[in-house]
Amino acid sequence: MSGEDERKLICDTPDCINNTLLPTCPGCLHGVVARCVCEAIDDLGIQENAIGVVGVGCHAMTAGAVEVDTISTAHGRAPGVATGIKRAYYGEAIVFTFQGDGDLGAIGLGDVLNAVNRGEKLTTIFFNNAGYGNTGGQMGPTTIEGQVTTTSPYGRDPAQSGFPLHMAEMMASLRGCAYSARVGINNLKNYAGARKAVKAAFQKQMDNIGYGFVEFLCTCPPGWKKKPDEAFHWMEKAMMEEYQLGEFKNVDEIT
Amino acid sequence: MDEKVLLTGNIAAAEGALYAGCRHYFGYPITPQSDVVEYFSAKLPQMGGEFVQSESECTSINMLYGAAACGIRAMTSTSSPGFSLMQEGISHIAAAELPCVIMHVQRGGPGSGSTQTAQMDYNQVVKGGGHGEYRLIVLAPDSVQEIFDFVQLGFYLAEKYRNPALVLTDAIIGQMKEDVELRTIDFGPTPEDRSWALKIHRSPKGKSANVHSAVGIVGIYNEWLARTNEKYENIKRDEVRFQSMFMEDAELAIVAYGSSGRAAKGACKLAREEGLKVGVLRPITLWPFPQPQIEELASRVKKILVVEDNLGQMVEDVRGAVEGRAEVHFMGVFSRHMPDCNGMIFPDTILEEVKKLL
Ligand SMILES: Cc1ncc(C[n+]2csc(CCOP(=O)(O)OP(=O)(O)O)c2C)c(N)n1
Ligand code: SF4
Repeated sequence: MSGEDERKLICDTPDCINNTLLPTCPGCLHGVVARCVCEAIDDLGIQENAIGVVGVGCHAMTAGAVEVDTISTAHGRAPGVATGIKRAYYGEAIVFTFQGDGDLGAIGLGDVLNAVNRGEKLTTIFFNNAGYGNTGGQMGPTTIEGQVTTTSPYGRDPAQSGFPLHMAEMMASLRGCAYSARVGINNLKNYAGARKAVKAAFQKQMDNIGYGFVEFLCTCPPGWKKKPDEAFHWMEKAMMEEYQLGEFKNVDEIT
Repeated sequence: MDEKVLLTGNIAAAEGALYAGCRHYFGYPITPQSDVVEYFSAKLPQMGGEFVQSESECTSINMLYGAAACGIRAMTSTSSPGFSLMQEGISHIAAAELPCVIMHVQRGGPGSGSTQTAQMDYNQVVKGGGHGEYRLIVLAPDSVQEIFDFVQLGFYLAEKYRNPALVLTDAIIGQMKEDVELRTIDFGPTPEDRSWALKIHRSPKGKSANVHSAVGIVGIYNEWLARTNEKYENIKRDEVRFQSMFMEDAELAIVAYGSSGRAAKGACKLAREEGLKVGVLRPITLWPFPQPQIEELASRVKKILVVEDNLGQMVEDVRGAVEGRAEVHFMGVFSRHMPDCNGMIFPDTILEEVKKLL
């Protein structure tokens, strides 16, 4: 038997996480995103001023794991609510939104575009799982071409329902955006990059520069009608092919 | 004596908010209330406040939701089509039980309707217009002074009950000018507990605040229903407000609110000059509705004339309170002095109707 002193702690629980049991499905990566955000909040020491704003969808449940003041909003409306909070505290609060691809890319697209265009000092964590998880796996704006969902039973046909929406690139194209990246959390290397990206997006808010946006590629095994491991591999293959990881914007001044 | 200034109803509303200590306003231009948005855009930056022109009324109300969740005094205003867009957000604010003030300057509908005056949104405002069971505290001023005062009262009541309050005006009283006495009104203390609000400089050890509108998903549904139901019952019991004029010996009562209430009072004075026994009951709170007062009225007068600038909305509530114990007559949009959207219901027209009924 090896002695106790030989054991090393290689990974601890973030301070900012609370031990709520998340009701996410086996193989869902949403909880990992929440952990990543908690670690970034710890790294930056902003827990006491951080306020989380969630939309509607499974991503909203994961905010319960982040030990900060939170508010739930109507589907897609988080950027407006976050603006109200940010202004209420005259910029002092560190306000972030948790939004899914249905929430932000479909019903709330106008809300987020206008918030970014106003150059709001906010941070958005965007959960891209190529469709609607919470309502049972329907097609979303990020559903990829040919992908079978419960509302695209013959596969998404661009002629009929358009193209996969590339949010991180779109955000980067707006002048109010200071930081935009798409990240993966499929391995430790990517996870480290994701944590760095979230920190960078928060930093733009803390430095009063502009909007920060981080898109996470996620999974939804039941929505995709796949087993957890198959879902994970499909994300690595099909989604990562469509949605390139990378930093699309990182500026110290918005002009 | 405090300062008196000549203001439009819309600007008086903005001043009322500023005198109430409100420093946050979110809005979107729409006739006939764009001047409110413009006024705040000029004033608030000078007063250390925050003004945001939103991209839609849908977002105005959500910005208000966020600001109200921080426990500060914040406001939005709009007119009919914009009010429709706010319904989703209002339902969420009511679910989250947050205090805030919304001003609604009515214009004609439905659709894009007209940009001129009307009172066609009574049902939408008073019965809810968003989904689910909720109530707004609805104040209906009939003068510029009352608009100024009621915005302040709205903030007080909203905080007292942690419920959104709405000040309902229309293009007539929103755009007309009158002298207003500017002063901050002290309605008394409001609850000190702010534990529900989103905070900064929070101790990480302390309990976090979670403002949510998912009353049956995050919380226990029946608890929410029971608590808000009790709150609504308390408001109904304690907060009914109305103006009564010449009612002591009246044989006919006119029931009207807002700009129509003002016309009704004018008609009543003319009638009294001619010795006619006419009185007016003007609901000031449309919710809570002065139902007990109208019930009582029904046992004293034979006839009630309801005047409102629409096809008949509040008249249904009056009939509900009267329960057949008096005759209820209605005068509405077809009694305007011109047969188009510029028409208005004048005191003389109401007087003619009164004479026919007496
Ligand atoms: C106004 C409105 N329309 C529709 C819904 C139903 N709804 C709830 S969650 C959801 C989609 C969620 O998908 P997404 O935002 O991608 O989040 P996920 O569950 O995948 O994390 C929908 C359509 C709703 N709650 N409100
Ligand atoms: S339905 Fe999909 S998105 Fe929702 S918790 Fe399950 S796996 Fe995650």
